[in-house]
Amino acid sequence: MWLPVEIALTHLRNRKRQTLVSVLGVAMGVGFFIAMAALMQGFHVYFISKVIDVWPHVTIKDEYRSAPPQPVQRLFGDGVVTLYGLKPREELRGIKDADTVLAELNRRTDLAAAPTLRGQVFLRYGSKDVSATLVGIEPPHERRVSHLENDLIAGSLNALHTAANGIILGDGVAKKIGAELNDTLSVISPAGVILKMKVVGIFRTGITPIDNFESYALLKKAQILQDRPNVINQIRIRLNDVNQARSIASSIEARLDYRTESWEETYENILGIFVIQNGIMYSTVGAILIVAAFGIFNIISTVIHEKTRDIGILKSIGFEERDIRRIFLIEGLLVGLIGTLLGWALGYGLTRLLGTIRFHIEGFVTAQGFILYYSITHYLIAGGFAILSAAFAAWLPARKAAHLNPVDIIRGAA
Amino acid sequence: MTPLLETHCVTRILPGPLPVTLVRDINLTVQPGEFIAITGPSGSGKSSLLYLLGLLDVPTGGSVYLEGRDTSKLSRSELAALRLKKLGFVFQFHFLLPEFSVLENVMLPMRKLGARSEPQMRARATEILDELGLSPEIKRRPDQISGGQRQRVAIARALANDPLIILADEPTGNLDTKSGHIVFDIFRRLVEDNRQTVITVTHDTQLSALTQRQIHLVDGSIVGAEYAASV
Repeated sequence: MWLPVEIALTHLRNRKRQTLVSVLGVAMGVGFFIAMAALMQGFHVYFISKVIDVWPHVTIKDEYRSAPPQPVQRLFGDGVVTLYGLKPREELRGIKDADTVLAELNRRTDLAAAPTLRGQVFLRYGSKDVSATLVGIEPPHERRVSHLENDLIAGSLNALHTAANGIILGDGVAKKIGAELNDTLSVISPAGVILKMKVVGIFRTGITPIDNFESYALLKKAQILQDRPNVINQIRIRLNDVNQARSIASSIEARLDYRTESWEETYENILGIFVIQNGIMYSTVGAILIVAAFGIFNIISTVIHEKTRDIGILKSIGFEERDIRRIFLIEGLLVGLIGTLLGWALGYGLTRLLGTIRFHIEGFVTAQGFILYYSITHYLIAGGFAILSAAFAAWLPARKAAHLNPVDIIRGAA
Repeated sequence: MTPLLETHCVTRILPGPLPVTLVRDINLTVQPGEFIAITGPSGSGKSSLLYLLGLLDVPTGGSVYLEGRDTSKLSRSELAALRLKKLGFVFQFHFLLPEFSVLENVMLPMRKLGARSEPQMRARATEILDELGLSPEIKRRPDQISGGQRQRVAIARALANDPLIILADEPTGNLDTKSGHIVFDIFRRLVEDNRQTVITVTHDTQLSALTQRQIHLVDGSIVGAEYAASV
């Protein structure tokens, strides 16, 4: 065996308990990191995949990011005249010339577009009033832009056509109002129209805000309810390549002027929470590993203190400073390496253990247990960080040991 | 003929608010095959001189020449390389690595030098230990053998790389008289049979009388060197 490794090993073997504690410190840091990363990224990835699955990738809305300039503003641009009390004109809401826009969009091969009318309604069933969003859809188009049909846990999408006034409820909405399949409820719109509608389907997407607040009906029925015949106020678009969402959204917005959101923009707040969550995770686990690094620093300093004589004799024999430094660096790296390997096993075990726990959670997403994401990257990051900090923790005392003067040591011993 | 070891006006001062002069203006020549004792009262700078001769310490003034080569300009790692190849040390305390067996301790300098193969190193170490009467102990660890044996192991380790000079710092200081005589006997045999050069620090006049030449130090200076008539 290479001499420095052999000497390093004998030092660690002589301090079994301390070595074990240091190794375990590293292992725990690495293990917890892996388990936490799997947990947190699990929810993150699950959320994104759900959103991508359920939600249209790009939504064109019937509003503008900034109110269009009024004619008088356009006339007196650039501060010749200051206008007070100017109000933007109230416009008839709805996407203008929607049919042309839709036809144009659907000619493209990289996306599918579907018309929608979204509006608030009251659902009344028995003594209960529940407010919900009613989304008017056309099933043939809807099938191409969302997976609503797959998310149905009761009823069918086609029943919207067969029933006289069909409505599909999110399972959270259904629970709140206490309605089940085939029950008939009253739907009241802000326009004052009341329709008796029959529940022909119940869906569960797993995304809480959708399941608890959305319901679907045919576009025509929604237009009648809202008293907005032939109006649509959203165009929902599904892309072949979801990564293009941002760029396609901005190119559509540039052409149509309507506010066009990619799914990232719609869910910016929630995605932002994941970023914060990752920050918290990295700092927590970083702290664990820093504590572990102190352990390594401690054991190597102790060994060096104990082995001062050995260092003196090795130097008098003709070992160079870098040989001495190497010995103690190797000790730290060994602790880091063994800790990393153990930590990988621990992390994998912990993740598996978390995977077996069953319970019901309802946050942004609904799940029956922890959602875990296995990724080799987590293992590499944790291992890399652990070994780097071990090397650094060992390097400080190792440098000191290398600079020890053999004459001082030998004199001190005599 | 170039002397093996030579010093020119070697002075070593410990820096500090009150500088301490360890040795002053030492001029010394050591020829191959000499057996030298450095003697003197405690605090006279015997060990300091030995460390300077052994390139463990660096003089603050003057130079040490090893085989005619000035060592004062060498870097610490070059000095370490010289110690490894050309010098062997024996200290008052045996300074063996406690976790390694006797054999492994003797092999240590050879492994660092890396000039021999593993079986060659093993054979060489066994041979030296055998010559010093330690063959039964080679598998033992330092704490399992007696003090005299440990010191002999330390000598074996000093001999491992066939050094030009063996430097010993009070090698018998911790030993009983009998073991002390054994150690000096080994040194004498090395000098007489192998033409080895040995420089030893001792305050035991009985033992120093066994050497060919004594260098007497008082307050860091040589006060007269006398040669034994003949060995």
